[in-house]
Amino acid sequence: MTSKQTSGPWEKKATDPAKAVRDKVVKASFMVNLKMALKPRIREWKFDLHLMSKSLTSIVGMVLLVILITLAAVPWLFMPPEGQGNPFEIPIDLNKRDPLPPGSPGYPLGSMVDGRSVLYGIVWGARTSMAFAIQVVLVGAAIGLVLGLISGYKGGIIDEIIMRFTDIFLSIPSLILVMAIAAVLGRNLNATKLALMAVWWSGYTRLIRGQVLSIRENTYIDAARASGSGELKIMFRHVLPNSWAPMVVAATMDMGTVVLVMAGLSYLGLGAPHGYAEWGMMINDGQQRFVYGDWWMIVFPGLAILTFVLAFNLMGDGLRDVLDPKMRR
Amino acid sequence: MRAAGDPVTAYLQNPEKATEAQIRLIEQKYHLNEPEYIQYWYWLNGVVHGDMGYSRTAGLPVTDAIALKFPATFELALIAVLFAVTGGIALGTRSAVRANSAFDQTTRVSSLVAVSIPVFWLGLILLMIFYRGLGWLPGPTGRLGTTQELHAVTGFFLIDSLLSGKLNLFVDVVEHLIMPSITLAFASTALIVRMMRSSMLEVLGAEYVRTARAKGLPEKVVINRHARRNALIPTVTVVGLSFGGLLGGAVLTETVFNWPGLGQWSAVAALNLDTAGIMGFTMLTAMIYVFSNLIVDIIYAYLDPRVRLG
Repeated sequence: MTSKQTSGPWEKKATDPAKAVRDKVVKASFMVNLKMALKPRIREWKFDLHLMSKSLTSIVGMVLLVILITLAAVPWLFMPPEGQGNPFEIPIDLNKRDPLPPGSPGYPLGSMVDGRSVLYGIVWGARTSMAFAIQVVLVGAAIGLVLGLISGYKGGIIDEIIMRFTDIFLSIPSLILVMAIAAVLGRNLNATKLALMAVWWSGYTRLIRGQVLSIRENTYIDAARASGSGELKIMFRHVLPNSWAPMVVAATMDMGTVVLVMAGLSYLGLGAPHGYAEWGMMINDGQQRFVYGDWWMIVFPGLAILTFVLAFNLMGDGLRDVLDPKMRR
Repeated sequence: MRAAGDPVTAYLQNPEKATEAQIRLIEQKYHLNEPEYIQYWYWLNGVVHGDMGYSRTAGLPVTDAIALKFPATFELALIAVLFAVTGGIALGTRSAVRANSAFDQTTRVSSLVAVSIPVFWLGLILLMIFYRGLGWLPGPTGRLGTTQELHAVTGFFLIDSLLSGKLNLFVDVVEHLIMPSITLAFASTALIVRMMRSSMLEVLGAEYVRTARAKGLPEKVVINRHARRNALIPTVTVVGLSFGGLLGGAVLTETVFNWPGLGQWSAVAALNLDTAGIMGFTMLTAMIYVFSNLIVDIIYAYLDPRVRLG
């Protein structure tokens, strides 16, 4: 008894020899098309890199970024977790209740209360910050992109509604709005993340809308429309790729800004809990020991934040120069 | 017995000892059992009549709390804006005039770094250096030293201390103002420097500047009288917008330096779920933001005749 099914539409197609040949051709031509599309793009990316490496600040930014991404991607290679449940909780050593200065055995950057290593907090804090910033910026950019695109392209009443809605979020200083939202959602890192996402998209919306408004008037858009492309296809295939350049620059620099805001909120008590590997919270904990003159708990996490934000600001600056059409020839 | 986040507790002196009858009375008076949109309507109604509710964390009605704390934050923000504007415009102009010089490069890199520094960390570092380290400036005790007393007439301690006639009081006030205002001004200064530099560079390449030079005017006059005021136009926008942003930075600065202003109160209110306080503060901030945008637009129209006719 064979296991072949009774005849149906799928059965017939699988044994159709002409279909097999057609599939092969389609696949081969797909690969050719992909190569044809990628080649000039790869050449442009190489040119981008070449332009970036011309300015010292961009190089410094890229180097710092590589270091930070490495720390964030594989923190366990540098500071392995010591068997505690959550690797983001800095391991404690109850024998060492009082903070130790940098250079003490086992604590190259010093320790905090209860023997928590500052170096551990910094390395794993890189991961916390990177993950947090990526999530907030990606979600914000995605929402902002779509809303800005629709608002700018469609115009009319849809534009008005979306822009008024965006203005509401833009008119309140973000720190205060985030504080208010986070206060309602709870005092943990996820609540702060959601609160930041709820606020961050508004800047991108306005940015993209501005770009779309000017791109929309170009002749190639009319040509696309005349050749029968649907509105959706025009929006995503023609308008979108030409308008996202300023947003890429803004998003890169926002990675730093998000971390600044997150650190500030954690410092106020609205983010990570005590003992968590998060730079702002470490500074908060460090401030308690300020009167005793223990400086390392404040200085090192702050330097980490500074480096992180600086790296992204330098990258953003470099990207802005690279993406500026006037500089590319 | 109600939990800490329960809105009823805002109106109770002693939440543990409240009787059911009292709780019911409060719920009825303040409409706490009605749907949210009805409560919001009552709140809006109150705002228009000057009553924004009672703040648990301030121990005062919200309007009184704001009136009490506003001068502190305003004085701080004003001094900070003064620092930022004078420092920023001067540095930015100089940077543009000597473009690509060592001064320019240093300024550019420093302003990039300055924007990357966390505000609260900067305040702590300043305290560490100037208070614990050198002992030049006082610690985070707020607007005055703990042994000083001041009769507040206007709420602006700089003025009040001068009015009281005691010089050492005035010095004390100034000493307490220096570090918080520098902390607050840091990021804004960097932004203003960048803005001023780029707009000044544009202006210096313009034709009327070339004409002024061709007329034989000394370079100083060309820069100060012709170039700078045109470069100021976009800078004014940045200054006005950053005033709203200063309120956000003030939250962190005031927390670090124990400054009894709106920022510190808003942080405490947010942490303790003081709903009336949070809503009152948010509304106030939004109003200030809109108002400062309006002022910026008016100044913009005044500075740039082209805008008026448009």
